[in-house]
Amino acid sequence: MSTQTGYMSREPLLRVVKRAEKPTRQIMLLRAEALVFALIAGGVFILLIGYNPFEIYGTILSGAFRSKMAVQATVKVMIPLLISSLGVTLAFKMKFWNIGAEGQIIAGAICASYFALYHSSWNHVLLVTVMFLAGIIGGGLWGLIPALFRVKWGTNETLFTLMLNYIALHVVNFLRDGPWKDPGSQGFPKIARFDKNAALDKLLGVQIGWVVALALAALILFYLRSTKHGYEISVVGESSDTARYAGMNVKKIVLRTMFLSGAVCGIAGMVQATGSDITLTNAVAGGVGFTAIIVAWLSRLNPVTIVIVSFLFSVLEKGSSVVQSSFGLSTDCADVLQAVILFFVLGCEFFIRYGFVVRKKGGAA
Amino acid sequence: MAATTEYAIECRKITKRFGSVVANDQIDLNVRYGEILALLGENGSGKTTLMNMLSGIYHPDSGSISIGGQEVTISSPADAMRLGIGMIHQHFKLVDVFSAMDNIVLGSQEKRLSPKVLRERVLGICQSVGLEIDPDKKIYDMSVSEKQTVEILKVLYRSARILILDEPTAVLTPQETEKLFAILRRMREQGCAIIIITHKLQEVLELSDRVTILWKGRSIDTVVTAESDQRKLTELMVGRPVSLQINRPEPENVSTVMRIESLFVNKPDGAPALGGISAEVRTGEILGVAGVAGSGQKELCEAIAGLVPVQSGQILFNGENIVGKTPAQIIDLGIHMGFVPEDRLGMGLVASMGMVDNMLLKSYRTSKGVCIDRKPARALAESLVKKLEIVTPGVDTPVRLMSGGNVQKVLLGREIESNPSVLVTAYPVRGLDINSSYVVYDLLNEQKKRGVAVVFVGEDLDVLLELSDRILVLCHGRITGVVDARTATKEQIGLLMTGADSQEVAS
Amino acid sequence: MDLFIKFLVAAVGAGTPLLFGTVGEIISEKVGHLNLGVEGMMSIGACAGFMVGYFTDSFLLALVASFVAAALSALIYAFLTVTLMANQNVTGLTLTIFGIGLSNFIGVYMLERSPNGTLKLPERITASMRSIHIPVLSDLPVVGELLFSYTPFVYLGVAVALLMGFYLFRTRTGLNVQAIGENPASADAAGIEVSRWKYINIVLGGGICGIGGAYCSMIINGGVWISDNVGGLGWISVALVIFAAWKPQMAILGSFVFGALRILKYYMPKSVIDLPVAFYDMLPFLITALVLILSSVHESRGVNIPANLGNNYFREER
Repeated sequence: MSTQTGYMSREPLLRVVKRAEKPTRQIMLLRAEALVFALIAGGVFILLIGYNPFEIYGTILSGAFRSKMAVQATVKVMIPLLISSLGVTLAFKMKFWNIGAEGQIIAGAICASYFALYHSSWNHVLLVTVMFLAGIIGGGLWGLIPALFRVKWGTNETLFTLMLNYIALHVVNFLRDGPWKDPGSQGFPKIARFDKNAALDKLLGVQIGWVVALALAALILFYLRSTKHGYEISVVGESSDTARYAGMNVKKIVLRTMFLSGAVCGIAGMVQATGSDITLTNAVAGGVGFTAIIVAWLSRLNPVTIVIVSFLFSVLEKGSSVVQSSFGLSTDCADVLQAVILFFVLGCEFFIRYGFVVRKKGGAA
Repeated sequence: MAATTEYAIECRKITKRFGSVVANDQIDLNVRYGEILALLGENGSGKTTLMNMLSGIYHPDSGSISIGGQEVTISSPADAMRLGIGMIHQHFKLVDVFSAMDNIVLGSQEKRLSPKVLRERVLGICQSVGLEIDPDKKIYDMSVSEKQTVEILKVLYRSARILILDEPTAVLTPQETEKLFAILRRMREQGCAIIIITHKLQEVLELSDRVTILWKGRSIDTVVTAESDQRKLTELMVGRPVSLQINRPEPENVSTVMRIESLFVNKPDGAPALGGISAEVRTGEILGVAGVAGSGQKELCEAIAGLVPVQSGQILFNGENIVGKTPAQIIDLGIHMGFVPEDRLGMGLVASMGMVDNMLLKSYRTSKGVCIDRKPARALAESLVKKLEIVTPGVDTPVRLMSGGNVQKVLLGREIESNPSVLVTAYPVRGLDINSSYVVYDLLNEQKKRGVAVVFVGEDLDVLLELSDRILVLCHGRITGVVDARTATKEQIGLLMTGADSQEVAS
Repeated sequence: MDLFIKFLVAAVGAGTPLLFGTVGEIISEKVGHLNLGVEGMMSIGACAGFMVGYFTDSFLLALVASFVAAALSALIYAFLTVTLMANQNVTGLTLTIFGIGLSNFIGVYMLERSPNGTLKLPERITASMRSIHIPVLSDLPVVGELLFSYTPFVYLGVAVALLMGFYLFRTRTGLNVQAIGENPASADAAGIEVSRWKYINIVLGGGICGIGGAYCSMIINGGVWISDNVGGLGWISVALVIFAAWKPQMAILGSFVFGALRILKYYMPKSVIDLPVAFYDMLPFLITALVLILSSVHESRGVNIPANLGNNYFREER
């Protein structure tokens, strides 16, 4: 035993320990701290590339609110983000990793655009209603495809929904280059601008989509909290064994919820194409589907919080475009900052249930 | 190097907290080389926590550990290994897709050796203690006792001199247990220090030299086995004198309510789990189900509850075949079935929801409209809290934050409140302390007196023999016998569990 | 025939960034960490490699920079998921958004400050990235073209894949690493330093992905910087891991097949099949989706997938 008794070990410098779960107020405080740290980290980066962080952050804020038009533009940015965040929330609540919001937005937009392009002479109210339904069905079906394969063969939905994003994108490119190509564009491939009759109306200077978005937030809050469907989603998300035990038809619930998740994202696409872009381009989703995932996660899948967070993110997006014009810094900085915020919030979740213990002086060995 | 003490391990004033729970409170424990120490205590008394600290899984908040007289810090399993400590965990720590050989050499610091040298080395160790193993067999193809053999070899391969076994007999038949004990005795002769965790008194008396008893996280006494007996140990273990007796009322109005006929069920991977079993479930009696873990108990329960697909066979409930029906359809037939599954928080309850939402789990469909009605559920939750003395900060507190005993009360309470005519319970006292266990036994007896047909799947043969009226024994998915619990013996059931035919056992 | 050989040669080139991405992700998944940040790590590698190449005119330094930068970004992921036990899916996605955003941001920043409004790699570095010419061997008919006519990236990729295959399946360390992905609690109990090896593999995997990114920015567009230059190749790499059944050697084959899909549009004679360009662009993603479906239909009990993929490990969990 002599070789072993001579062995000494030092206690590690930092050790992870599990703690009692922190009360809600402290958790909120922790997240607020994470946000502050994220902004500091972003500030350090801005400083490193030779700018004054206060100036940049200030420009973002003032850029989003400096005029009535700026506020309207901010709200316009928020519409698709809010709607698709609500959409992915439905799937995430069920622990179904729908990262295909991007594709579902596009699918909804494509379906709605068909009517905008080829039935623009219909009665306005009828046309808008039909486009709305087309958006729902397009996005819903695009969401249903991965769900079908998931319940039938257990196909990995994370990667499948992702591939469908790119497939949808190239469908738009195909339509743009061929069947839906604007004959009046002199060979440049693009889809024609929609007829005025097919464009969404405005309310308070912004396209009506913001009303749709807020209504959806209320509706989804109610759906998740107070309906049997919402209860089923929560149970399936927690454990499909428990759902089975409770006599739930798990497959049916997964299919239904994924249709709805896709459908809500489809509405986002319809609203963006017919309300903001007034045409269909391959940038109709433009990364919103991914940002929506960040928003949903930061909001802990709570629809009320989603409204707030998506508004703040829109401020960041809109403000960063002003930063671009006044400092020559790309709007990509908004994406970077959003990601950094989520990094910090993800990291801080750790401290809700765990903590570090530092080695006591001389306590080891 | 001269040892300053004769002890292999000496723990002084070890304390460990998990959140607000004190799992170990100033525990003292020691064991010599060439000695088997039994660590006795009921569930939740801190045995496993203490041993996990010796094996480097947990780190004590305070106190000191000496190995061979030298004070040490064990901050990882690698440290423990270097100190010659090997632990065999209750849930085996093996990599399923690896061969026995790969598992044995896994993580060892030596240079890569040729498979031939390794094989010889492993077989040499086998010979010295009397173990048998096929080094190339994959773990997923192995029986439980084979897996345990691999675990023991893993420890011996690293020439550990201190061996810790956490409830090694829980998954073994009485015969396999005997074989294991023989090996442990041989290792003791070779000078190893052995700590064995168990709550089976008979085994403690049979095997150990000394016994240390833990109670609610404290070491309350250490006695020499030869100077002790079952009654004394029990008193020390539960902290007060208790009768071992479990109440068993006489069955009344017995009639067959459910008949299972040549039932075949497969596991998800297609392997057979139940190979054509037939049985009767009767009102006003408790039917015990015994068997080595994984003999088809889970599938039997889930087949009755309508949760797994049945290959062939029938389950007749008052003459109505419920095979192929979903739980919802079974309820629609007016059949009330209570089911307390083995995995309480993963199947019977939703861990992140409070009691109120958990009450709704099986009944939310019955209310009208698209909305969910939480009012009756809240009333039910509140009445259960009072009736079963459930300890919880509130009926909306997530059930995962409640203690194991209280979680079981919530689950069993909900199932009983649905007025079942058949109540299936799978390992309902697993992980519960003695007091909570008795609450469960009383609740089951109460149901039996009300005329409910109770099915009790258990692991402790003593409890099965005292609580049940009849015991059905499963082995490899077949019924090897149904015995009268009032006359049967443990040995008889043990033999049935290994697959001996009931005629052979009787003769 | 000649066209066919050209097609094969081009397929190998087009598959090379996928090879790096796939091998990098395999290394990470083998310790149980599904890193959806491949696209982001490749973007960061693309940016770092291009910028360092642009300023130093050294191919070697560019490679090292792409490796190091992507490895550092993988370190963020490793810290969050291994030490802080954050959700792997969300952390990986965030890393992707972060990486693409940062890469594009820096690209625009440099473009705005470049004298003529474009960024093009200097001549010397482009020369050193050109196909290697090995005397005699490269001049062999057919074989020379098929085997000895590639950029250094191709040979490096194949070498890395073979090396990683050796590391995972032929060494004791590789056995330990695989045990971590299968059952970290068992690995831990066997004395393997779980966190340490998780960090090593995730960071190493990230670095390898980064080199794939450098290919995207430095080769694909002829040495001219454009935004979004990885363009979804990282995502295909994540899916290719399944196709390769978590074996680096298989990733070589898989990458070259998908490389062929990517360049099919330039080689398919219009007279044989005339399909819209968008269809060819869609093809790799469509086939990947099909592979996903087929592998899930085919797979009965997860033969190769690390059993603990996607779950974090905490020793004191009870």
